[in-house]
Amino acid sequence: MDRTSDITISRRNLLTAGAASAGAVALPKGAIAQASTPGTTTPAGSVPTAKVSLQVNGATRALELDTRTTLLDTLREHLHLTGPKKGCDHGQCGACTVIVDGRRINSCLSLAVMNEGRSVTTIEGLGKPGALHPMQAAFVKHDGYQCGYCTPGQICSAVAMLGEIQAGVPSHASTDLTAPPQATVVEFRERMSGNICRCGAYSNIIDAVTEIAGRRA
Amino acid sequence: MKTFTYERARSPAEAAAAASRIPSAKFIAGGTNLLDLMKLEIEQPAHLIDVNGLALDKIEATPEGGLRIGALVRNTDLASDTRVRRDHGVLSRALLAGASGQLRNAATTAGNLLQRTRCPYFYDTNQPCNKRQPGSGCSAIGGFSRSHAVVGASEACIATHPSDMAVAMRTLDATVETVAPTGTTRRIPIADFHRLPGNTPHLETTLAQGELITAVTLPRPVGGTHIYHKVRDRASYAFALISVAAIVQKDGSGRVALGGVAHKPWRVEATEAQLPRGAQAAARQLLDGAKLTPQNEFKLSLVERTLGAVLTQAKG
Repeated sequence: MDRTSDITISRRNLLTAGAASAGAVALPKGAIAQASTPGTTTPAGSVPTAKVSLQVNGATRALELDTRTTLLDTLREHLHLTGPKKGCDHGQCGACTVIVDGRRINSCLSLAVMNEGRSVTTIEGLGKPGALHPMQAAFVKHDGYQCGYCTPGQICSAVAMLGEIQAGVPSHASTDLTAPPQATVVEFRERMSGNICRCGAYSNIIDAVTEIAGRRA
Repeated sequence: MKTFTYERARSPAEAAAAASRIPSAKFIAGGTNLLDLMKLEIEQPAHLIDVNGLALDKIEATPEGGLRIGALVRNTDLASDTRVRRDHGVLSRALLAGASGQLRNAATTAGNLLQRTRCPYFYDTNQPCNKRQPGSGCSAIGGFSRSHAVVGASEACIATHPSDMAVAMRTLDATVETVAPTGTTRRIPIADFHRLPGNTPHLETTLAQGELITAVTLPRPVGGTHIYHKVRDRASYAFALISVAAIVQKDGSGRVALGGVAHKPWRVEATEAQLPRGAQAAARQLLDGAKLTPQNEFKLSLVERTLGAVLTQAKG
């Protein structure tokens, strides 16, 4: 029907072909995704793959992936969770931020295979239309976006960031290292610096975060 | 990204042995620097050894009164540790001045030490770079050199080391603990861990092939006022133009290391006797023999002034 789905299908077929040929090779003990052992050759056209099981937004998802697949590409291309965005793909923009085992990370700089068994929360897992997470509702209320591209990463980051303050994680903005960190605008600005918004909605984002932090306190 | 095979190591010695068997293998922990470089095909490991499952994620007290920081302790956890915040504040401050919340949650202690330079020519695979491709030349010399080294550089390379954490560890006289593929362990003083570029800028540390960092130890607390002052182009989430890590005692004596000026954290213990005489005297000796370009000569006065601010702050 459209070119995009054609491309998706051919990519899936390619991965299946890769998985089949990788599976035909005997694996050395301890190796998870050895398409070839030293001294053997990889069958032509195959790529090393690995089985990965993730808990994504509460559901177990088992996949066989090219070892190169980042957590971001796994979520977007294989699980069709397109909330996490590919902005820079190099850990510089924060648009891909997801929460893994309760901690926010850049999903573009983590391989799926490194996250075996871990619990991943994307924006889709935080809330849904009609049942928004309070932080999502606050972003809507305070107009904490313009184009919206960075927003899923901003919201995942903000939710986990408030958790970090509650857990006592200090920041560059904390004046006293030995005191519990404060939920202040100065702290939020510093702690959210890993999420870039090219539209410049920062002041409204901070308003949304401030409202939710105030409700928690 | 080039294809690679992948395994999860079950012990440090096994990881080291696997890395020595496969010369193009790399360890992966947080992945925040390695995957970035693999995407650009600056790093092309044929095999990745995932060390995240090794139980190297604890911070423990040592019998000497110091701390033993597991190689896999995440930057956030190290910066948040109550003992580090109380007794080794310069380390907490340096970690918190680096990267972003997301990156600090993933990046590890050992990985931070092994970060590669952020020299734009190292990152640009269309340009010659002796660090990326030995013998190809240095594009930064005679090129855009505002962020580059002013001391300890060579005709082959003027890149800087990007870590904030390592600069603080240099003032704390940290020691890097490793295991070799044979299973033997050794302790490397942080001063000897990073190399100056010389004619081999692609060799950045004194680690041998396959040698795995297992921990970093800190000696017993040295007291004093701990300050990490980082100067950068943005207020947050940017690499240092220069940084000053300092531990200053009440009598004015102290320790100072600099970031952003050399291929390694820059500390010259012999110059620290100048500290009670003020920033100008100390900074001039610390950066004695500096080789400057018109674009990075500002670093000389920036170090002097930042050190001045640090010493003023230390007086309270």
